Amino acid sequence: MSVASGGPLKVLVLVKHVPDAQFDRHLAGADHSIDRSESILSELDEYAIESALQLIEARGGAKAGHTVTALTMGPERAAAAVKKALQMGATDGVHVCDPALAGSDAAATSLALATAINHLGGFDVVLAGMASTDGETSIVPAQLAERLGLPQLTMASALELGDDGVLTGRRDSDTTSTTLQATLPAVVSVTDQGEEPRYPNFKGIMGAKKKKTVTLALSDLGLDAAHVGVAGSWTHVEDAQARPPRTAGTVITDEGDAGVQLVDFLADKKLL
Amino acid sequence: MANILVFINTPTAQLGKAQRELLTLAHRLGEPVVVFGAPATDEAVTAVGGLGATAVYAPSGALDATLIAGEAALVADVARSTEPAAVLLPNTADGKEIAARVGIKLSSGVITDAVDVAADLTVTKSVLAGGYTVTARATHGVPVITVKPNSVEPVAAAAASPAVTAVEVTDAGPAATVTHTADKPASGRPALQDARIVVSGGRGVDGDFSQVEELADALGAAVGASRAATDAGWIEHSYQVGQTGKTISPQLYIGAGISGAIQHKAGMQTAQVIVAVNSDEDAPIFEIADFGIVGDVRTVLPQAAAEIKRRQG
Ligand SMILES: Cc1cc2nc3c(=O)[nH]c(=O)nc-3n(C[C@H](O)[C@H](O)[C@H](O)COP(=O)(O)OP(=O)(O)OC[C@H]3O[C@@H](n4cnc5c(N)ncnc54)[C@H](O)[C@@H]3O)c2cc1C
Ligand SMILES: Nc1ncnc2c1ncn2[C@@H]1O[C@H](COP(=O)(O)O)[C@@H](O)[C@H]1O
Repeated sequence: MSVASGGPLKVLVLVKHVPDAQFDRHLAGADHSIDRSESILSELDEYAIESALQLIEARGGAKAGHTVTALTMGPERAAAAVKKALQMGATDGVHVCDPALAGSDAAATSLALATAINHLGGFDVVLAGMASTDGETSIVPAQLAERLGLPQLTMASALELGDDGVLTGRRDSDTTSTTLQATLPAVVSVTDQGEEPRYPNFKGIMGAKKKKTVTLALSDLGLDAAHVGVAGSWTHVEDAQARPPRTAGTVITDEGDAGVQLVDFLADKKLL
Repeated sequence: MANILVFINTPTAQLGKAQRELLTLAHRLGEPVVVFGAPATDEAVTAVGGLGATAVYAPSGALDATLIAGEAALVADVARSTEPAAVLLPNTADGKEIAARVGIKLSSGVITDAVDVAADLTVTKSVLAGGYTVTARATHGVPVITVKPNSVEPVAAAAASPAVTAVEVTDAGPAATVTHTADKPASGRPALQDARIVVSGGRGVDGDFSQVEELADALGAAVGASRAATDAGWIEHSYQVGQTGKTISPQLYIGAGISGAIQHKAGMQTAQVIVAVNSDEDAPIFEIADFGIVGDVRTVLPQAAAEIKRRQG
């Protein structure tokens, strides 16, 4: 039963476990994959979790039977991303985890996620962040919409779900601000322009321990290992060069003529 | 020579710089074939012909006002009939999402944020907030590549008279509909993404962007901002530089009253020259600045602007 016909609202929120940008991040190994040792829930996916929680809270929340399921695809330790989502208030979790998934590009990731979404079934809204803070392609949500045959309402900064099951959102470009509408089910991504994500409180942290997370392997999804991971990816990184770190140049303290000295510097660099 | 399909979303008589760059790149890689996101006009066809396009495909009527789905179906259809060696799109939010769906429709690899495409269609891009430069290839299907602005020097080609083919738009499938569009006011300054010089203001300008704007105008520069400044509502969000704003590589970046948080650096640390003005000598932005001034933006910026005007006479 869909939300428009009075059933509970079922939201799926996609969360990714990504290397923490506060530390140096490295590409390593023959396939130039990213070193994932110091990883966290992507900050941008916290906005998706916040939006998902607000969608169900506006209708009475989990108590009223509405659900927010947090789904991640990633190695074992990616479970930490789901855990944080549960602490924030998601109702249950799913972890798609299989060694064969390592090295998946956007196409392979969207295939695995779409297969998992179909396998789980019945979601009204699939909610993602605007970009993963490691890959930064912003293409997985659009690829999911394509694969699932659902409308996409992506890069939205304000979301509202009417009782008629019509979702409204705002999408801004440099020159325009557009209002979009989609009927559910739909694939949605949200920017960081919405409300600030909440912090897990003590109750949330304790409550998360009792929430259920299902782990799914490729065999559970009926997905062929040849279609995901490095083998199933349609792009390949051939070479990676660390950019030499920038070094500090001259620093002066203003003694009344720093503006003029700045112009001297620019003239010297032929930038005027 | 192989076709290189270029997507021009809004065809006009005056092509934008990013559009000219895409056509220049296509001309370097093969024979530019263009797909318009809207019905063709003679002026727009002449404009792309002036950059070497040999054929134009355009929808016979305006696309439905939906998000992404219509454009993706159109580009994929034209790619199937023109069999290009690569598809090039602008690296905007729309361009990337259209590319994303075209990639699935054509079972093709998608590479975003390209700054260069070699003759063998190897793509160069920078990743991890400018920390690495990588080369990548599409290993399946037709490479679908979104190209960042300021990557190619646009040059005119021997003008061609492109043949125009009208394309019947097929059903794009479920999509979100656009119910309202509001235009944002234009600033009259160079666009942030195309600009050779950018002057940005942060929390340190304390609500007043006039000195940032004055220095920008003296330098013929674009104005940018940190997220602290856009979040405070001092300036519109589209001016934000950084991880969730614009990623830019201008020749000169001047950051005024900006601390240099990692998410801000992600958007500007590939600038050729970085200048920082900050009253706190420990601000992290000084670690990456070629020229740093420990001082107050309210005195340093106006003095620099006045000095530039004086020298320009
Ligand atoms: C998911 C996420 C995404 C983000 N994306 C972005 C992004 O895209 N872009 C971005 O910029 N930030 C982004 N941020 C925010 C970022 O972490 C910082 O909070 C932000 O960049 C700080 O802006 P600021 O430097 O203007 O402010 P502050 O860090 O407060 O720095 C202000 C500086 O101004 C100086 N100052 C004060 N008064 C004066 C004066 N009179 N003269 C000179 N200097 C003065 C101070 O010494 C200080 O160094 C993001 C954060 C998150 C969590
Ligand atoms: N491995 C993953 N697991 C769960 N969600 C993901 C994964 N990769 C991408 N996403 C979702 O897709 C969004 C955009 O990612 P990207 O296209 O990689 O920039 C992210 O913010 C997530 O919400």
